[in-house]
Amino acid sequence: MGVLDELTRPAGAADVVCGVPARLVAAPRDTAEAAALIRAARGLAVVIRGGGTKLDWGPPPRELDLIIDTRWLTGVVEHAAGDLITVVRAGTPMAELHGLPGQQLALDAPAAATAGGTVAANASGPRRLRYGTARDLLIGITVIRPDATITRAGGKVVKNVAGYDLGKLYTGAFGTLGLITECVFRLHPVPAASVFVRAVAPPLHAAKVLAGRFAASACEVNAAPGAEPELAVLLEGTPAGVAERAAAIAELLGGEVSSGAPPWWDVPPWPTGGVGIKLTGALSQVPALVATAVGTGATVRGSAGSGVLYAGFPAAPPGAPAADGTVEAGRAVELLRAAATRAGGHAVVLTAPAGVRETLDMWGPVPGLALMRRVKEQFDPERRFAPGRFVGGI
Amino acid sequence: MTGIDALAARLRADLGPDRVLTDRQQLRTYECDGLAHYKVIPALVTLPATAAHVAAVVRACAETGTPFVARGSGTGLSGGALPHADGVLIVTSQLREILDVRPDDERAVVQPGVINLQVTKAATPYGYYYAPDPSSQQICSIGGNVAENSGGAHCLKYGFTTNHVTGLEVVTPDGERVRLGGAAPDAPGYDLLGAFVGSEGTLGVATEVTVKLTRLPETVRTLLAGFASTDQAGAATSAIIAAGVVPAAIEMMDALAIEAAEAAVKCGYPAGAGAVLIVELDGPAAEVAAQFDEVSALCAEHGAFETRVAADDEERALIWRGRKSAFAAVGRISPDYIVQDGVIPRTALPVVLRRIGEVAAEHGVRVANVFHAGDGNLHPLVLFDDAVPGQATRAETVSAAILDLCIEHGGSITGEHGVGIDKAKYMPRMFSADDLDTMQLVRCAFDPDGIANPGKVFPTPRLCGERPGRHRGAHPLHATDVAEIF
Repeated sequence: MGVLDELTRPAGAADVVCGVPARLVAAPRDTAEAAALIRAARGLAVVIRGGGTKLDWGPPPRELDLIIDTRWLTGVVEHAAGDLITVVRAGTPMAELHGLPGQQLALDAPAAATAGGTVAANASGPRRLRYGTARDLLIGITVIRPDATITRAGGKVVKNVAGYDLGKLYTGAFGTLGLITECVFRLHPVPAASVFVRAVAPPLHAAKVLAGRFAASACEVNAAPGAEPELAVLLEGTPAGVAERAAAIAELLGGEVSSGAPPWWDVPPWPTGGVGIKLTGALSQVPALVATAVGTGATVRGSAGSGVLYAGFPAAPPGAPAADGTVEAGRAVELLRAAATRAGGHAVVLTAPAGVRETLDMWGPVPGLALMRRVKEQFDPERRFAPGRFVGGI
Repeated sequence: MTGIDALAARLRADLGPDRVLTDRQQLRTYECDGLAHYKVIPALVTLPATAAHVAAVVRACAETGTPFVARGSGTGLSGGALPHADGVLIVTSQLREILDVRPDDERAVVQPGVINLQVTKAATPYGYYYAPDPSSQQICSIGGNVAENSGGAHCLKYGFTTNHVTGLEVVTPDGERVRLGGAAPDAPGYDLLGAFVGSEGTLGVATEVTVKLTRLPETVRTLLAGFASTDQAGAATSAIIAAGVVPAAIEMMDALAIEAAEAAVKCGYPAGAGAVLIVELDGPAAEVAAQFDEVSALCAEHGAFETRVAADDEERALIWRGRKSAFAAVGRISPDYIVQDGVIPRTALPVVLRRIGEVAAEHGVRVANVFHAGDGNLHPLVLFDDAVPGQATRAETVSAAILDLCIEHGGSITGEHGVGIDKAKYMPRMFSADDLDTMQLVRCAFDPDGIANPGKVFPTPRLCGERPGRHRGAHPLHATDVAEIF
């Protein structure tokens, strides 16, 4: 029996990626076993699966022989509290990293999402305004290349400029450059106090919060057709400090201070099976982007303080003449992409239901694509890792 | 006409005659950067005035297989901008326009030759500043900061250059102008921007940089604490971090560094201190006040015998003057010195500082320590007198041993100065052959012919076109004695 037979099992009904069924599934238990698996899987098309919370992001794989599941690559290897860093295996659920004693990995992510998946998708939530994203908090990484070579980049110190910052390249690469098996993250202290300010206010008023010296940890907008737009601001710090700042912002926005987040906080604005779009733009263009998105019938949420928004609508937008909504979704993406381009950013369709997905250009235009293809060619010349799921068909 | 003469003629036609230097005396001006003991006279120097000029130079280099090196203000301390003897030096210091300051977008768009501090000066009237502040911020250029991913004291809280660059226009080694990122975050596709920042000129030349502007804090408070020893100051640093306070900066100087600073700028640090800490807190007033009390108490608890608080900007500047002048000041107490740059986990500070002292004593040289204590970025200054036979060699031995200490404790061989030519030979001590090979996959994607700043960062180049992982054993260049493996 070969290594592949030992490490894999036949795929089941649940082992499907965007409608494409896999043939085999393997869940390696450590980096060495994962490398042996990848070596043995030469010639097979591979998709990596973490918690599966974003497995439907991106186009379907062109081919799929093997799903590498990271469910057993788990555990906190090291938590050096005095150095504010942690070393974790890629399959570790984010819930575990949100509960480190006295410290936190300040990345918003669903509890079931894994550390590796969060890095691979470069997912981020409201607190990116204060703490940055996975690309900013990742300081070291272990990756198995498609040719089965185990490689490391970065290290265990926050300040490090030795060699290329490959952690950034793997962040947001959607598993197209190899399998992440271990991550080193920078941590932050858990703040002594945090409060929210909620207000019914147009997105334009977010600029008032940013222009004040409030040091907000997040400044989120929520807008939907036919509803008053809302803003919510998160403040963190000492109990007295946050109370004072919250009162000032509440007055500025005509809002209310509350200890809890609004129900829509960090909740994707698309229903299961709906269309989800990530919109980015320059900060001053956020109000225009929100207005355009709401105009297409979308619910919009996101960081008015960092220029990253999410728009969502059901598979068939309201008033859609076509029964399957295909035409409408395509038109909405077109309008949003034009608006995002005007705003100096991009519109990327993260997810869409089968039937609609095939009609959409999910990634849209990508500057620097020729260079990206050359990077892929170097790392994965046989184009086996997540084939067709990334920009430009990479 | 030699190849270089032909290239010079072509570039004079493209850029204008005054922008291409071939006179040996003029070329000599550019023979080194801030690391002056490496000197190489370039074959040709170009002074482009536009991004199109830069692209024209690089294209000409690509077509003729000529190596090129980009150089900003030349303040680098790892020989990253050391010229290539047969190559073209591209000096970006004339690309020095601040193209746009957009406070509503919290962005500024600048050319690579713009001086770091000028960005802050341009943004301050709007209530913003540019957070990464290398100690050389009065003279270093943004392009150089991007190449080296250099940072300074405030990077502990705010991150370094890579966290503050959102867009670049770069000229790739084939002469193409490519935009990576922009004013908006999270551009789709591979994060080539993230790979480019800190690539030390080996992936191309930045011709336009979009940076993030940071809101000026409501309050800044700076304190100076004197301790009997670096152990005490190190323990106070750890206690501050453990208490959940992230200061804007925590800097430490030991007795020798204090002595040098006093001799140079009379900064009036506490008399008899074996170490001083400078702690700067910034943010909302109430937060800063609470943290300030906590920091003061922790310093006292860990043996601070004197604590001073800057009452105004002038006093604050005086506290910083000693720290910022320390490198140059060491020149007053020693004829020669090596500035080392390594990083260790913060918790290893006491043991590593003690080991540095022991190693220095063993070799009969003195080491002054002045560094970013908050993030473990050491800057030991190894003092020596070149006139005394053998001292320079001993200083180099101590300097190398310090890097080994950093690696041994899980740190890095450079925190802000870069690898350049100076530390290329140390890269294999920190990274495996496979790790270095992986970095060179990126190099091969950008620069298959290896003409962008060759000889820097990597001790031995990879031959692009090899399939990854299929070549084991001796590197072909090594096997044929073309390159040496350190």
